Amino acid sequence: MIAPWILLFAPLFVAAFILLVGQRSKLLSAGPAILGALICCAISWWLFGQPETTDPIRIDWIDFSKVFGPDSPIRFTVSIGLELDSLAKSMLVIVCTIAPLVFIYSVGYMAHEEGYGRYFAGLSLFLFSMLGIVLADNFVMMFIFWELVGVSSYILIGHYYSKDSAAEACKQAFTVNRIGDFGFMLGILVFWMATGTIVFGELPDAIGALQSSPFWLATACVLVFCGTIGKSAQMPLHVWLPNSMEGPTPVSSLLHAATMVAAGVYLLARMFPVLVLSPAALEIIGWVGGITCFAAGLMGLQQNDIKRILAYSTISQLGYMVVGIAVAPVYGVAMFHLFTHAFFKCLLFLCSGSVIVGMHHEQDIWKMGGLAKKMPITFLTMCAGGLALMGFPFFSGYFSKDLIIEFAFEKGGVPAWLALGGVILTACYTTRLLWVVFFGAPRSDEAKKAHESPLVMTGPLILLALPAVLAGWPFIQQRFFTIEHPHHVAGWVPWAILALLFIGIIGTILIYRGAPKKDPVVIPFFANRLYIDDGYRYLVRWVQDGTAQVSGFIDRWLIDGVCVNFGSRLVWAVGFVFRFLQVGNLQAYAFFFGAGVIILLYFLIS
Amino acid sequence: MDLPSPLLFLTLLPLVGALCVMLGSPARFTSRLFSTALLVLTLGLLVKYNPSEGAYDFVSEWVVSSSLGISLSFGADGLSLAMLLLSAIVTVSAVWAIPPIKERENLFYACVMLISAGVVGAFSCTDVLFFYAFHEIALIPTFLLIGIWGSGDRQAAAWKATIYLGLGSFVLLLGIIAVYLKLPEGMRTFSMPDWQDAAAAGFLPVPAWAYWLLVIGFGTLISLFPFHSWAPQAYACAPTPAAMLHAGVLKKFGLYGMLRIVVPIFPTEMQVQFLNIFLVLLCGNILYIGLVTIAQKRLDWMLGYSSVMHMGYIFLGIAGLNELSLSGAAVLMVAHGLSIAALFALCGVLRERTGTLEFVQLGGLAKPMPRLGLLFGFAAMASVGLPGFANFPGELMVFFGAFGSGNAFGEGFHFSAIQIATVVAVWGVVISAVYMLRAYRSVFFGSMPEKWAGLADVATIPRYAVILLVVALLIIGFYPQLMLGYIAPSLLLP
Repeated sequence: MIAPWILLFAPLFVAAFILLVGQRSKLLSAGPAILGALICCAISWWLFGQPETTDPIRIDWIDFSKVFGPDSPIRFTVSIGLELDSLAKSMLVIVCTIAPLVFIYSVGYMAHEEGYGRYFAGLSLFLFSMLGIVLADNFVMMFIFWELVGVSSYILIGHYYSKDSAAEACKQAFTVNRIGDFGFMLGILVFWMATGTIVFGELPDAIGALQSSPFWLATACVLVFCGTIGKSAQMPLHVWLPNSMEGPTPVSSLLHAATMVAAGVYLLARMFPVLVLSPAALEIIGWVGGITCFAAGLMGLQQNDIKRILAYSTISQLGYMVVGIAVAPVYGVAMFHLFTHAFFKCLLFLCSGSVIVGMHHEQDIWKMGGLAKKMPITFLTMCAGGLALMGFPFFSGYFSKDLIIEFAFEKGGVPAWLALGGVILTACYTTRLLWVVFFGAPRSDEAKKAHESPLVMTGPLILLALPAVLAGWPFIQQRFFTIEHPHHVAGWVPWAILALLFIGIIGTILIYRGAPKKDPVVIPFFANRLYIDDGYRYLVRWVQDGTAQVSGFIDRWLIDGVCVNFGSRLVWAVGFVFRFLQVGNLQAYAFFFGAGVIILLYFLIS
Repeated sequence: MDLPSPLLFLTLLPLVGALCVMLGSPARFTSRLFSTALLVLTLGLLVKYNPSEGAYDFVSEWVVSSSLGISLSFGADGLSLAMLLLSAIVTVSAVWAIPPIKERENLFYACVMLISAGVVGAFSCTDVLFFYAFHEIALIPTFLLIGIWGSGDRQAAAWKATIYLGLGSFVLLLGIIAVYLKLPEGMRTFSMPDWQDAAAAGFLPVPAWAYWLLVIGFGTLISLFPFHSWAPQAYACAPTPAAMLHAGVLKKFGLYGMLRIVVPIFPTEMQVQFLNIFLVLLCGNILYIGLVTIAQKRLDWMLGYSSVMHMGYIFLGIAGLNELSLSGAAVLMVAHGLSIAALFALCGVLRERTGTLEFVQLGGLAKPMPRLGLLFGFAAMASVGLPGFANFPGELMVFFGAFGSGNAFGEGFHFSAIQIATVVAVWGVVISAVYMLRAYRSVFFGSMPEKWAGLADVATIPRYAVILLVVALLIIGFYPQLMLGYIAPSLLLP
């Protein structure tokens, strides 16, 4: 089939075209990018209706049997092959449906910004890399595209590169992801070493050797999970995601909320047949997810930047998905939440972008207020997204998140309680955000003069609001994911979720009622992100840079200074003697070369 | 009568170019002409060579001394052709990117062409003595370039490199002679293929000390830790084409020698016996030099150290001692040559424009110099091993080859030494991201000091010279199979 290859490579061609030709004009930048995304969208929906296959076309990227024939001494093959099972196809639909909407929205959002061509080239490169992750049928191909989404994220976060904060943020995002990829690569190496294959489809059959040693199986799984920790911003590598909000808002929406950060969860779903063989690995994954979902919720409570609140919310929701992988018997449960989350979180970010544009690039929620009347479409769509995020009954998040929590309680343990605690936190920070921004009185001149965004921006909002509300309903879910329902979960759990949700909403409204000028609740521990960022700063400054300085000192003064220069003084002394022989400028060199020749001749003659 | 090997012409091209320039023909035009012809001829040889056989082709021999077994013999297989292509591409890029030279222009160009002649000769020779001699020929103009046209403390840098590399070459020569003398009398020869055959047939009882002579000799030329300290200073002070050619190509002489001489002729048991020492040294290159690189405060020094650090990956590929890791090492040799040459070329443009390379003085230069920033970004990303560039498949094969050469997993936690070294090397990928992105951020991103507002972007011809390197990196990176067909058959172990 040629269609999936067109789907994969169209955005790459678009990116190259924009880089080489299109950069000069806005039309030639945005036009091809949107066209490429629409082509992807059409093909992805068409593929969705096709039966499951592995595409027969494979590109041999590294294949030694092509060089040596079938008896090749090197048994290592990396091919670019496309997996088109139901998991890949539903993920394709998610990515390719959201992407064109965000691309179109960007035309409005970026209208008055510099670097238009660079921006759309970056978005197209991202789309290519993301599709590569989704379609990858082996570990190395996924790793390749994994790194490529990393670099496109770097380019897009650093869009406003003259701003120091953006320059720092993109650097941090790339570096932190590389730390996760360190584990990912080691995990791939261990899997390959033990099973001799890197192809996902062959792994469950070949896993026998590793299964006899649970320790190594768990190690390999957890190492690969490190990739997820980096990409999906799980604790303790979550710090880059809030800082990535330095990028343009549509980027935050597409990459850092809906699709790219979900790639980590997609990776776990891909290797789910292997993960279930290792209860120890699942236990660790569950703990990481649970802690992330709760701690990120805490941090989100006290942020003041509209995008950062949503960023912590994203981290927290990704935590839910990771818990979902760890506790549910099928990966469909986690993927279901990924699916609903992609729509409502993308919507929330685009709404926040609309607010930011309406407020003339003000992002502090304590400068907003009373925007509901001035921006009615943004207000209504953002409420829909917010209710879906909280898991308000019959909004999409309600179906997917409750399912994960129920499965967590069926399995039991601390992660279940952390996930349940996350419910009230989600309700609190979301309500706080909506309430402060849209209700009460304007807190600044910008808020008084705010205006609704143009149709090119509100259109995508309306289109996204539909799935944000409806995507969780069983009639849609059944077409995308196979899920199960827990059988042995205590009857009180669904009620507890509902109760916590309403306590959160009502409590927050009570605290923030009226129109306080600034936050009436101040919890420095939460506002300072549990001091984790500061911890890293010290780690980098004192441990990394400290050892680097010491190494630099040793190299400069000990190895080079004492050993080499002292040695060279010695040589200099010899050379000084030879200076009397009137050797020219490069005397020492000539000396050694000559000495070599003499010794050579001596040996040869004797 | 047979025509002499085209490799002879290949070697003579830059040599004649250098001579013409020296004798007064217009330096810039002549060098550009001859370097371009070099690239065209190399591409022709690549097309003509049949890689599936893996044998030496274009062979011709002039006996110098039959009693001593010395002969000027040319011959190339896939690996040599890959290195020749690297030499030709970097030569073209270096020559075309040379900015106007104010004093003694002809000597400058002649030196550059002479380096090129030396490396081309070394990679197309199959006689160990001439292989060695061509490298020496390339070193002399390198020192002249540093000493005469260098920047900073150029005299000291030239001196140090002279002594250091002279010593290294001397040790290497001792090692070569030692191996030669171990050949049974009557069979003594300097022919590289004969050495390999003799070793495979068991006629070559090489002692362990000869192994160390060769490893230290080659290691010094490659800047193996702890024999590296000549490199950063020399590269920082060297004029741009010298840095490009030395770091990009000439340094690969030592690695090529490791692949051609050390790996095939020393018994595997001996190499395994010394593996742990070797692994410690290469971890020094990756981890320790990596940290030193982070601590650098100037772009040129940072690039110099980064090139030392990246040698660690190639050593790991050599230490893996299997076809996969050796192929990875070979791919990485080419990839590193291309990427470091691009970085030094752009660094040279930057120095020419701003007069400083200190990070604290630079910043935000992507605004006045968007093209330079873009190209530097490409080269930097290639250098940190981003997929899509040639460095990634090289590192990948090195990691898989080296990791796979260790023991399999049983009960409990057992990593063999080479697997631990591989873990260190994979962590090195994080380290290189740290220093490279830091450098990129402090030069091109962030707020820009006022004085740089009017800087001119990179000029057209140097831009295309670098684009040539970047395109080569992208082609190999997108489709590494293209290169494997050439190099892998040359690296088959007995």
